[in-house]
Amino acid sequence: MEKYDRSDRYLKQLDDGQHEIALATKDLHVSYGEKEAIHGVSLDFERFKITALIGASGSGKSTYLRSLNRMNDNISGTKVTGQIMYRGLDVNSNQIDVYEMRKHIGMVFQQPNPFAKSIYDNITFAPKRHGEHHKKVLDEMVETTLKQAGLWDQVKDDLKQSALALSGGQQQRLCIARAIAMKPDILLLDEPASVLDPISTATLEDTLLQLKENYTIIIVTHNMQQAARVSDYTAFFHLGDALEYDETRKIFTRPKIKATEDYVSGHFG
Amino acid sequence: MKNDDIRASLMKRSRAAKNERFGKTLTGLCILIIITVVVSIFFFVASKGLATFFTNKVNLWKFLTGTIWNPGATDAQGNPQVGALPMIVGSFAVTFLAAIVATPFAIGAAVFMTEISPKIGRKVLQPVIELLVGIPSVVYGFIGLSVVVPFVRRTFGGSGFGILSGTFVLFVMILPTVTSMTIDALNSVPRNYREASLALGATRWQTIYKVVLRASTSGIITAIVFGMSRAFGEALAVQMVIGNAMLLPGNLISPASTLTSVLTMGMGNSVMGSLSNNALWSLALLLLIMPLIFNIIIRKIAKKGAIR
Repeated sequence: MEKYDRSDRYLKQLDDGQHEIALATKDLHVSYGEKEAIHGVSLDFERFKITALIGASGSGKSTYLRSLNRMNDNISGTKVTGQIMYRGLDVNSNQIDVYEMRKHIGMVFQQPNPFAKSIYDNITFAPKRHGEHHKKVLDEMVETTLKQAGLWDQVKDDLKQSALALSGGQQQRLCIARAIAMKPDILLLDEPASVLDPISTATLEDTLLQLKENYTIIIVTHNMQQAARVSDYTAFFHLGDALEYDETRKIFTRPKIKATEDYVSGHFG
Repeated sequence: MKNDDIRASLMKRSRAAKNERFGKTLTGLCILIIITVVVSIFFFVASKGLATFFTNKVNLWKFLTGTIWNPGATDAQGNPQVGALPMIVGSFAVTFLAAIVATPFAIGAAVFMTEISPKIGRKVLQPVIELLVGIPSVVYGFIGLSVVVPFVRRTFGGSGFGILSGTFVLFVMILPTVTSMTIDALNSVPRNYREASLALGATRWQTIYKVVLRASTSGIITAIVFGMSRAFGEALAVQMVIGNAMLLPGNLISPASTLTSVLTMGMGNSVMGSLSNNALWSLALLLLIMPLIFNIIIRKIAKKGAIR
């Protein structure tokens, strides 16, 4: 792989008063044991927009994403330093109730991971854990979230069937429905389409574009066409640094940095 | 190479192919020997055990439900007194009670070792559990005799010998088995299950209780049944603390007996071919059938768990 000058960066600043920032990181470092995986990333994410994180395997984009709702806390030996600003609070601090925070910042993973329960129970799992027990409210929630995730028409007749009987694409949309049942502010998606076929992927992308009206979405993807199709902003990660961050249109047509240009044109990665 | 040479080499069996055939034969032979041994044990025990019913004409129903065990004597009608119910009840009582007591401890220990603190679990608890497995049953029985029995006598009255003491001893004996199998069951729950739950804002406890334990239920039940199978077959340690009275146990602290304890006690005192000897073989047959049933249950559970 070609060596790039990592001090050569262009990170668009969005905190200019004209954009509403939903989430921002300031000098975020992540290390696994001795090895530092993220070397201080500062990015602002605009509200009700889709931001794509792209980069080669091992560039740290997934690690970065997982830090945003502190999923890396569960991996022993992981240290996350720096600030994650959400509504004026640094959520990367000990005083934050992690479980409460994850209600606001939800996450969908690469591998569809529905629980071995019925479709209905999958969606009501989290609301029940947080104390919602009215059947009417839960029923309504199941319907709206499944509609938002574009799955309602296919499963409305057997909500009691096992979620594991669904196809991969349906499972992934169920996971999205499950995540938005908590009505999070921000939805983090870690390569949600990487195990899906093209048709499921297209449906998923439509879903994301609809969800954008109510949610701030940050998505990690390996698929550059996907980033170009769905996202408003794109951040390019390389070896644990965010090297370029700009409107997607600009990243894919006129990248300012050599590394980005090479990556989006397929010269490495 | 010429066409003919290639053909010739294709038709000849190579060294590797011969080796493979040799390996196949060898492993097949091993399996054959094992199967022969198992089948002949089963056949032997069955033929001896069934003799009670066919040769000595004991009624099977009376054997299973009779409460008086005295194979040397006959009752007023001249029927042999081989009622195995006291032992059957004793065996099942200690087995189920031991499983009931052991299960919460096993699940607690397993959850601690896999979910709460895997580091301490691996460093401290794993060796302890492995050590517990390695202790011979006579040592357990001896400890039971000198610690558990006096304790039960002082706390609950009676002689101290009985089902309760047997339960305590068996509980410690099956705990490591059940715990380590439960650990395997919990570890086999994919990590993304836990992540899915945590990412939805569920707490660690909610994740363990609602997701991890639910997903591994079939594995945990298998572990419990396995532990019961072991408890059912345990002879020496139980025999040392249960009191060995061939009476239907009325409570947990009066002396009782199990199928295994009667076998170990009576083995040396009967003549081959006599009714008292055959009756013991019938008990052995029961002991052979029960683990078989336990095994079938385990397989059923595993199959059900696999479809999930």
